[in-house]
Amino acid sequence: MAGVGSACLLVGLLTAAYAAGASLYGARSSSRAAVVSGRRAIYCLAALLIGATAILQSAFLRSDFSYKLVADGSSTDTPTFYKVTAMWATQDGSLLLWALLMSIFSSAVLFLTRRSLRDIAPYATAVLAVVAGFFLMLMVGWENPFTTLANPPVEGAGLNPLLRHPAMMIHPPMLYTGYVGFSIPFAFAIGALITRHTGADWIRATRRFALVAWMFLGTGIMLGALWSYAELGWGGYWAWDPVENASLMPWLTGTAFIHSIMVQEKRGMLKVWNVSLVIATFVLALLGTFLVRSGILDSIHAFGASTIGTQFLTFIGIVIVGSTALVISRLDSLRSKARLDSLLSREAFFLANNLVLVGLCVVIFWGTFFPLISEALNGQEASVGPPWFNRLATPLALVLVALAAIGPAVPWRRASRVGALRVFKLPLAVLALTLATLLALTNSAERPAALLMFCLVALVLAVVVQELVRGTLARRTITGDPLPRALAQLVARNRRRYGGYLVHAGIAVLFLGVAASSAFQEQRDVRVSPGDTFEAGGYRITYERATASLGGDRAGTGAPISFGAVLTARRGDERYTLHPSRNFYPSRDASNGAIGRFFEGEATSEVDVRWGLRRDLWAAVRPDIGALEPAIREADAKFSKSADDVQAIVIAAIVDRYRTNSPPANFRVIDSPLVSWIWIGGAIVLLGALIAIWPSPETRLRRVTSIYAARLGKELSRA
Amino acid sequence: MDPQRKRKLRLFVALSAAVLLAGALIYTSFSASTQASTPSDLLASAEPGRSYELTGKVVNDSVDKDGERLTFRIRDREGSASVPVAYEGVVPDPFREGREVIVSGELKGRTFVAERDSLITKCPSKFTKDEQST
Repeated sequence: MAGVGSACLLVGLLTAAYAAGASLYGARSSSRAAVVSGRRAIYCLAALLIGATAILQSAFLRSDFSYKLVADGSSTDTPTFYKVTAMWATQDGSLLLWALLMSIFSSAVLFLTRRSLRDIAPYATAVLAVVAGFFLMLMVGWENPFTTLANPPVEGAGLNPLLRHPAMMIHPPMLYTGYVGFSIPFAFAIGALITRHTGADWIRATRRFALVAWMFLGTGIMLGALWSYAELGWGGYWAWDPVENASLMPWLTGTAFIHSIMVQEKRGMLKVWNVSLVIATFVLALLGTFLVRSGILDSIHAFGASTIGTQFLTFIGIVIVGSTALVISRLDSLRSKARLDSLLSREAFFLANNLVLVGLCVVIFWGTFFPLISEALNGQEASVGPPWFNRLATPLALVLVALAAIGPAVPWRRASRVGALRVFKLPLAVLALTLATLLALTNSAERPAALLMFCLVALVLAVVVQELVRGTLARRTITGDPLPRALAQLVARNRRRYGGYLVHAGIAVLFLGVAASSAFQEQRDVRVSPGDTFEAGGYRITYERATASLGGDRAGTGAPISFGAVLTARRGDERYTLHPSRNFYPSRDASNGAIGRFFEGEATSEVDVRWGLRRDLWAAVRPDIGALEPAIREADAKFSKSADDVQAIVIAAIVDRYRTNSPPANFRVIDSPLVSWIWIGGAIVLLGALIAIWPSPETRLRRVTSIYAARLGKELSRA
Repeated sequence: MDPQRKRKLRLFVALSAAVLLAGALIYTSFSASTQASTPSDLLASAEPGRSYELTGKVVNDSVDKDGERLTFRIRDREGSASVPVAYEGVVPDPFREGREVIVSGELKGRTFVAERDSLITKCPSKFTKDEQST
């Protein structure tokens, strides 16, 4: 079957080449048949890649270790959920996932636009085919996921234990969907540039795809942060690691893009800016994929040196040079139809928001690539750490949240001072009230940046609520509906607008969590014995006893050995029990000894968190298994040749010794206020984005009418 | 003010703001950066009181744990020059002897005293295979 898989990829590559060729020929010679054939080739490509993925997945499920990918990334004792998701834990597998998502997305957009954009779509098809072809070429030429082993091992290596967390398994497909999604507006922008049809048509056709991509990318970033918080044993959610930054950068430019296209739709301005943004977003998405896989920057995620770095860089270079040249050659047709009338207008605030987002992206880019920049400039490889990123990103984030409050309430073109005052009177009062309350009741004045953020969050929420209330009341006056119905109708009929407001509210809530948890969290690292009590944040914590289990760890990751602790935390009347633990996975290195290898392999923290709306109590343990070493060494000497079941009994005895004779263990305990609001805010953003994306009945009706109108117009012009 | 001049003024303000920001970016990044260094570089030319980002491989059989304090030696990727490191804080899960690590800190006497929580361990690409070959 591996042969069939490889063949799918090779045929897929040829299909992509054909799709590109046929579409270009069709566009040049106005041959409708060639264009249709090119589009159908993309559907074929999707079918081929679905087939290839199905073959690979079935190999994972069957634990067929003759596939190199399966032998390296799975094993018979890997839980089924992680068998299914192990595909994208490897480089070859993630390339296949990229190509698969790419072909599915392309098919969807080409199917939806099959009757519109007849001039732009063929070129967009060609661009999409070339991008998909590039990934197929990488797989066919260098990283074939269907590589087979001549001597398949009896047992596979298993999935990297660090990746065994549900969030981590959903995170890569989400990110990739986001990355891939942005190739759609990119392809249509290129098509629009080539044909010089630079109006808002390509934006209207792909806007929803940009939003979908933005939503998936954002969700992927959130899941990555959640994984970092709940799985990695350090207790943070964001470390300004190159790979994290790589996913944030296209999201920032993508956010700028979905704002600025509104200015082009409404006012015909910012055309050069929009095509530049979508090109930048796509390039940053490619760069993100490249960074994760190339290992050119030091990162926790850098998976060692890769074989496809050069190819990736070449492709990115071609994309940058090609699209920049195209934009420059089309500058004459990208002139704005209108000019900025007033600085007190929605387009001016959108422009400001764009500048801040792009500025933030530039800062992150500079910091991420600083090791390379500094080596090029003065020959010394140097890097900047999280404090640098925090110092520069904090003021920009504050401005951004302020703009998120002001933007929605300012009208297009020009706002009068009196009007602005009327709109912002109430929200500003809310801001002042928040400030006074916080100063009077909390110690937040110690952290001015956090205090300012809290006030701005209040401002955003106040503006959003005010807009909703005003709209609902107006609707009730017009239609006479009861309030809840008026509100539902208001949102349903202006999904894009009110979905957007909800996204703003969600972002504000998210920043509330970020500001509170980064400014006011308390962390304590201790080494204590069972029975000892220590203080962490506002809690008194007792290390009650050690736990040790053989098989069946709490998180269900398939770890054979798990050592942990039972902690009780008290704060006033509250009383919680926490069960942090650490899973040990056997090493496959025989030199560690037949028994020792069960303790010397990979180990991962299984953090326990007491989630709460007001505060989280987070605990991780690092058991000191040094005390077991003499016993392990003795067992290795005596039982290395014994039967498996005897060895199992010996291991059970050693594990039990940890429970009965517990040595001191190291703990990290974090008392983090309001950190849950980050995830709640993220969920609100997701909901808002879904509302904005969902087509409303009216737009569907409008689309149908406009298609008929266009046909009628064509008939009339022929007559 | 006539619109033409107003636009020029706006452009000027925007451009100078951009230049100022770019300057701040460059200045702060160079002043806040820590230099990457290998054990042999560090032994040859470390300035006291300056912080470095030490990269290399953990020497086999050098890891020792004394309460919260972890000590180990880092050697050059290719070569044998090595520096003793004293570290406190979170030890990343993939930390092992023979793996590539990055740690920030400064040289005090002959020991590299690391900043708290600054240890990063690189994920070996196909981690189990790597172990088999050692």
